[in-house]
Amino acid sequence: MKKYLFKRFLLMFPTLLGVAVLIFVLIRIVPGDVVELRLAGDSSSVSEKVLAEERAKHGLDKPVWQQFATWVWGAMRLDFGKSMWTGAPISEEIKLRFALSLQLAIMATAVAVVIAIPLGVISALKQDTWIDYTVRIASIAGLATPSFWLGIVFILCLLIFFKWLPPMVYTPFWVNPWQNMLQLIWPALAVGYRYSAVATRMTRSAMLEVLREDYIRTARAKGLVEKLILSRHALKNALLPVVTVICLEFAFLLGGLVVTEQVFNLNGLGLLFVQAVAHRDYTLVQALVLIVAGFFIVVNFAMDILYAWLDPRIRFR
Amino acid sequence: MAISSAPGDVVLVGEETRFRRWSAAVRDFCVGRPLGAIGAAIVVVMLVVAALAGLLAPYDPVTVDFAAMLSKPSSQHWLGTDAFGRDVLSRLIYGSRTALFVGFGAAFIGATVGAVLGVGSAYFGGRLDLYTQRLMDIFLSFPLIILALAIVAILGNALHNLVMAITIPMIPRCALVIRSSALSIREMPYVDAARAAGFGHTRIILRHMLPNVMAPYLILLTAFLGQAILLESSLSFLGLGVQEPTAAWGLMLRGAAVEFAETAPWMAIFPGLAISLAVFAFNLFGDSLRDALDPKLRSL
Repeated sequence: MKKYLFKRFLLMFPTLLGVAVLIFVLIRIVPGDVVELRLAGDSSSVSEKVLAEERAKHGLDKPVWQQFATWVWGAMRLDFGKSMWTGAPISEEIKLRFALSLQLAIMATAVAVVIAIPLGVISALKQDTWIDYTVRIASIAGLATPSFWLGIVFILCLLIFFKWLPPMVYTPFWVNPWQNMLQLIWPALAVGYRYSAVATRMTRSAMLEVLREDYIRTARAKGLVEKLILSRHALKNALLPVVTVICLEFAFLLGGLVVTEQVFNLNGLGLLFVQAVAHRDYTLVQALVLIVAGFFIVVNFAMDILYAWLDPRIRFR
Repeated sequence: MAISSAPGDVVLVGEETRFRRWSAAVRDFCVGRPLGAIGAAIVVVMLVVAALAGLLAPYDPVTVDFAAMLSKPSSQHWLGTDAFGRDVLSRLIYGSRTALFVGFGAAFIGATVGAVLGVGSAYFGGRLDLYTQRLMDIFLSFPLIILALAIVAILGNALHNLVMAITIPMIPRCALVIRSSALSIREMPYVDAARAAGFGHTRIILRHMLPNVMAPYLILLTAFLGQAILLESSLSFLGLGVQEPTAAWGLMLRGAAVEFAETAPWMAIFPGLAISLAVFAFNLFGDSLRDALDPKLRSL
């Protein structure tokens, strides 16, 4: 097991490098660059010389491999350079937005877990009754409803029924927790519904599978209380795939909430990515993708360790 | 009945039994999985609506009519009009064409390319498999929408480019699932037999292995259909997908729909309902299909 984890640890690096290469190439294929975009606003008759000078300022005149090497070298020391559009250091640009996206992801996960696990277990226990059907339909509907639209509907309902709008300017949690919660609970609910649907379905099918195992029958045969069978024997074993799904979704939430952020006017990482692509802000796009993908890769690795910790069958292999 | 028919009808008899077998399978599916049947029925209705959009839509979806701007749902405009006075119902009906085109296009190409990659990777194994897996890992560490956004930025947002942008992030997800089923198929005696008979790699992959991953393939296909429709509406909502004046559900939610949400909520409600209903139907059908074909594939 240790050997396996070590191998997985080492494999993280080529994957990260691959992500770096991929986004570095992709963003440079996008037509136009930051210099053209910024100067095009002034007048159409900017001389080639000015363009070249501006490009040199951003290091865009150097050979591509050299740009890549400089960037990767910086990224390895966690120095992502400066935004090509605003000129501010990228760590400054990202800091607040990262906090926002992370908080939203954590809140959505909390919403999802609170809804999903009880519902999934009940649905599995009452398989093929009306309870099961209701939960299943609700969770399929959750997968089908776009989170951003649900967000619009939330805002609309608050506006029509309560004549109240959630605050539109972001307040960090450490400045004013109440104000912060008032704003973020709505997107967290909108995203959490979809997220909980994924987790509910997984809980249900994992529970169904485990409940048919021999050891559950043994536990029942020896007269164990049903509550203990469920919590200690069934749920504990069924939870592994559920944890997987929750972790994977969590990792994607960090950068994948582009549209919901737009609806709630939240300046998270997703929205920043859209703006950065629109500005052809190479350094910012690269940094964002590397952070989001790196987060995903690390969560994946952490999941493997968690697996080994939760399941002795894996630990001792 | 088949026995008493004239000798000349042999071909027809064969077709008839095949038809019967199909109809029996469809009947079993409807009876055993009512939810799936409901999903399939909604999908069929949607296909018909999309095909007959010209006949069904009461108004032209792109004609601007400022006299009827933002009018409430009424007998003239059943679901009201938008900020340009365009009939919301007509735009919804035409929008189903966009959604289905992108959905089917992206899901079909994505699942097929993914299946070929997955089976090929499992069949050849060794170094090729290893490198393909690593490459897939790289693509998988991007959130779906981030990769799609980057590709749209490169290709531009014509409809077929949109399909490409949605397809590419789906390929590795499909390849992963198909590969794991193909790995066990590779060890089957009939694949050994095909190899012993001297068949080429292409023939073994296409004729002997691909048909045997049909179950996960179909399941992935239906799962991707819904996801593709959702992704398209997200991109269009951001203004990076389908462009005005084309009717598309995500696009209808953009801009004025949010600005005038309080005074004209029908603009924001109905397109969202259409997206949800479409994806809901595909998921309902796909779920039952999965239960019927391969209940173990629950990780989708």
